[in-house]
Amino acid sequence: MADPVKFTIDGREIEAPAGTLVIEAAKQNGIEIPSFCYYEGYSLQAACRMCLVEVEKMPKMQVACTLLVAPGMVVRTDTEQVRKARKYTLEFLLTNHPLDCPVCDKGGECELQDMVFRYGAGESRFTENKVHVDEQQWSPVVFYDGPRCILCFRCVRACDEGMGVGALGVVNRGVVSLIAPNHGDHLECDECGQCIDICPVGALTSGSYRYQTRPWEMEHVGTICTHCSNGCKTTLGVRNEQIIRGNNRDRSGINGEFLCVKGRYAFDFNDHPERIQSPMIRVDGKLQEVSWSKALEHVATRFNAIKARGGSFGVIGSNHTTNEENYYLQKFARQGLGTNNIDHHRTGDVSTLIDALSGTNGALATSADFYERKAFLIIGADLAVEQPFLSFQIRANKRHHDAHVYVITPHEVREDTTAAKSIRRPKGTELEALEDLRASLAAESELVILFNDSVKGNAVHDLVQFGQSLGIPVRYCALVDYSNSRGAIDMGLVPELLPGYQASNQPGMTVDEMRAAEHIDALWVVGANPLKDGPLNARFAFVVVQDMFMTETAGRADVILPAANAYEKNGTVTNVCGEVQKLKRGAATVGTKPDLEIIGLIAKEMGMAALMGPWLPDAVYSEIRKNVKGYDIAPAAIALGARQTTPVNGRVGVESRPDLIRSAKENLFTSGTLGRYSKILNSVLEKRLEPVAR
Amino acid sequence: MPYNAPSPLEVKVLTRRFGLPNSHMIETYLANDGYKAFEKALGMSQDDIINEVKASGLRGRGGAGFPTGMKWSFVPRQAPKPKYIVVNADESEPGTCKDRLLIEYDPHQLIEGCLIAGLAVGAQQGYIYIRGEYRYLIEHMDRALEEACARGYLGDNILGRGIKFHLATHSGAGAYECGEESALLESLEGKRGNPRIRPPFPAVAGCYQSPTILNNVETFCAVPPIILQGGAYFAGLGTPKNGGTRLFCLSGHVNKPGVYELPMGFNLLRMINEVGGGVRGGKKLKAVIPGGSSCPVLRADECDVAMDYDSVAAIKSMLGSGGVVVMDEDTDMVRAALRIMRFYAHESCGWCIPCREGTTWLRKLLQRLDEGHGTSSDIDLVNDLSKNMLGRTFCPLGDAAAMPTISFVEKFRDEFEAKIAKSARPAERLVTV
Repeated sequence: MADPVKFTIDGREIEAPAGTLVIEAAKQNGIEIPSFCYYEGYSLQAACRMCLVEVEKMPKMQVACTLLVAPGMVVRTDTEQVRKARKYTLEFLLTNHPLDCPVCDKGGECELQDMVFRYGAGESRFTENKVHVDEQQWSPVVFYDGPRCILCFRCVRACDEGMGVGALGVVNRGVVSLIAPNHGDHLECDECGQCIDICPVGALTSGSYRYQTRPWEMEHVGTICTHCSNGCKTTLGVRNEQIIRGNNRDRSGINGEFLCVKGRYAFDFNDHPERIQSPMIRVDGKLQEVSWSKALEHVATRFNAIKARGGSFGVIGSNHTTNEENYYLQKFARQGLGTNNIDHHRTGDVSTLIDALSGTNGALATSADFYERKAFLIIGADLAVEQPFLSFQIRANKRHHDAHVYVITPHEVREDTTAAKSIRRPKGTELEALEDLRASLAAESELVILFNDSVKGNAVHDLVQFGQSLGIPVRYCALVDYSNSRGAIDMGLVPELLPGYQASNQPGMTVDEMRAAEHIDALWVVGANPLKDGPLNARFAFVVVQDMFMTETAGRADVILPAANAYEKNGTVTNVCGEVQKLKRGAATVGTKPDLEIIGLIAKEMGMAALMGPWLPDAVYSEIRKNVKGYDIAPAAIALGARQTTPVNGRVGVESRPDLIRSAKENLFTSGTLGRYSKILNSVLEKRLEPVAR
Repeated sequence: MPYNAPSPLEVKVLTRRFGLPNSHMIETYLANDGYKAFEKALGMSQDDIINEVKASGLRGRGGAGFPTGMKWSFVPRQAPKPKYIVVNADESEPGTCKDRLLIEYDPHQLIEGCLIAGLAVGAQQGYIYIRGEYRYLIEHMDRALEEACARGYLGDNILGRGIKFHLATHSGAGAYECGEESALLESLEGKRGNPRIRPPFPAVAGCYQSPTILNNVETFCAVPPIILQGGAYFAGLGTPKNGGTRLFCLSGHVNKPGVYELPMGFNLLRMINEVGGGVRGGKKLKAVIPGGSSCPVLRADECDVAMDYDSVAAIKSMLGSGGVVVMDEDTDMVRAALRIMRFYAHESCGWCIPCREGTTWLRKLLQRLDEGHGTSSDIDLVNDLSKNMLGRTFCPLGDAAAMPTISFVEKFRDEFEAKIAKSARPAERLVTV
């Protein structure tokens, strides 16, 4: 990097790398230069004129958001002229901005309010009529109130540059300019709502949040989104144990400001009317609500009886329960119930990748790598709809660092528009195109390869071999579907592997085998819906289901234990990049319990409390640190942010089961059992436009 | 569009073919020195061409008056991207109507100017961006381009010399803002006509982010005479640093309005009285807008001025685009200020806050003042708002709206006050609570 530039702001000697904008250099040194249109990471506008500063030897005031630092430059941000310019700009802005702050959603967290409070123009000399246009609804989640809009064009850039969608534009000119959606009167887009978050005022408001509450009446709980595997931080706005809003306004977490439609809106499955709020026992073929103690006693009695007579158990875990719950469940299954029949729905071949990368360090990509590395090879996946955050990172990388993107997919994908090369190959045959890219890839300085369930089993070994033969540093990412898909494999929720990828010497039945088995005495399903794929063959099996909703599987249950969801509990989850993050309890639903507690209570009822230990997330996590390879991560490190698991660095020793690895191919607007119960996800037009995911 | 009768005081260089029958046809053009300058330029080096233009003292005729030769020399010689020539024919400044005559009566002169500019910087493609309201001129220009192609003056192998240059017209869509060079480029590229952040300037990153020469129609049209007769000849027609002649669009309350080609530095009063035949109806002169509506207005007593960039700047106005608007003693200056502000409020692109909100606020204030519902403090407010728009907007449109307004208020404040005094209805008293 070039030598730092020395210059002065407000009499302070400051150094910044050449190419830094004055507004950024000032911010880094604690000097605020106000702005509306400047937004880090997006293209420069210089439209709002709030950031005008005086620069010595320049006749006119300069906009700090497009001015590069120069040696010896003398900048003044707090002179009479600058203060006056800000005040006038605000006064101009307020001429047509309605002063409806008391009913505006943004009131209390509005940048315009803050600016006026700080820089003046509290009293206006404007006595003419204001320009008014009526509010518009663009989609179930996006509303636009034109008069409030200050035309900073942040939303336009976030949609175009950030999302690669470009659904927003500007119509008309002058004072009657308006932001407009891509289909005249409505939006067809990703419905991510980033335009709403990025709006400095209340012009764009959220269909689910508007007029619900004031921001200061909520508690803001930073937790991890429970939908896809990207592990975005979402900040839940909670009032009286009810989740009212999801956003990431503080731009923290691995995802910065990014959130997709699921992370922002699809928390509403939480208070869906069909949520099960009482344990149920099947009596005379009908499910009847009972007390927790009765239900637990019933389960324990039956489990104990089956165990005593040497009956067979099947345990099916979840890909969205916490690491602690998964670990605890497999421990209870293997040690308490004495069965290796434990599995979950697998969506990507992580274990073969771990095996193929044995002996290497740093070969698994982190989510930051998607923004920082120089080249990417995307195999099979339509990232924009399956892994929205990774897609966002790569787009930002392309914009800021001109990353090279190579694509081999069965269908057109959003990355095509910026890709160095896009190749179409039918699903499962993508690797045939690898050699076509060899020369280009080998010419890159580094590469990240990401692949979905098209590449599994031996193909993963072939792919890694190809990667290693390029002679450049290569990192990999096996794409999986759900919020803790990765954690489920890590915790050994598969028959052939114990926690930490140690081969089990007596692998039990897989999820398909359990469903197809003629005889199984008890099937215990925690947060999964295996019977969606077909009925249970063992007609007389005793089925216990822990879930939030009456799924196909719950419909067959003999006992239903109502579970809390990820937004209602503490614990850790591991994202697609193997990054461990902390869930924080936001809300609570009467009558439900976290799965960890339910498992613990069943163990206690069965007289195995001593074996299982306390069902506190922190206590179980301590055990995970000791027993699960890769997870020796101090809780403090996770509390501060995401931390990738350490490499397992050993051969896995058993074949993964490629036949069982099948991504549900759910897109942005569908997401397993949870998305089915989100009113918002079901209401957006795109859900109907593209009902079948490819 | 009939061309006004020429004045004997004119020095006809760019307009010398205007009176000829079929002056727009290539046969006429070729019979009257047409494409000779281009053929001469073929024998000159790129530096020679640019130096000749520099020597002519030619300054941009669009309004800003930037030295043309210097602008051309900013185009990098070695660039990985293709270079472009762009003609700004988005003539929208109120009071200006010269470019349309240049295109209508002598389109080949413009084509030849573009060809020479192409040679000077090594461009092979040019665009003529014509305002949408000049629909008939777009077809007219297209026919001239076809003629030039047919005769081998445009195409892949010009005059069999292996030179490639193409020209195409592009229609504007009705925005004044697109006369601003960077907004014009955005519009030309098919985007919304908002101005761009500068630097980089078009010479370095213009059309499609490539090095681009962007000049006004009249500027390009001045190039063939400069090359043919020499920069020194052209420079000698005007005053020092203000080379050549320019087309003045004389309008308003004069007896003989029209477009007249006069040497730079021609006296404004002489222009009104001798070229324009004096103020209409024998009335007294009250004020003149010297270079299009964005220039500060001149009082009658300020009009004894040489019409070149520097002399007009010295009395705090601008030569602008050559649109001289004459106002007689009966002119309502408040209404004139309002009419101008109405235009700018309508044409503000909406990109930056001071211009977008400021022009509309000013329009409403002036409207109220004009209707007699204003107060004295409103006059101060008009002045204050204009001064605080000045220099703070993204592009010059904000300045263009503010500058004349300030001049109207400061030079004709008595008329604003008189409107208030005449008002039967007392001004509303507003109360703060």
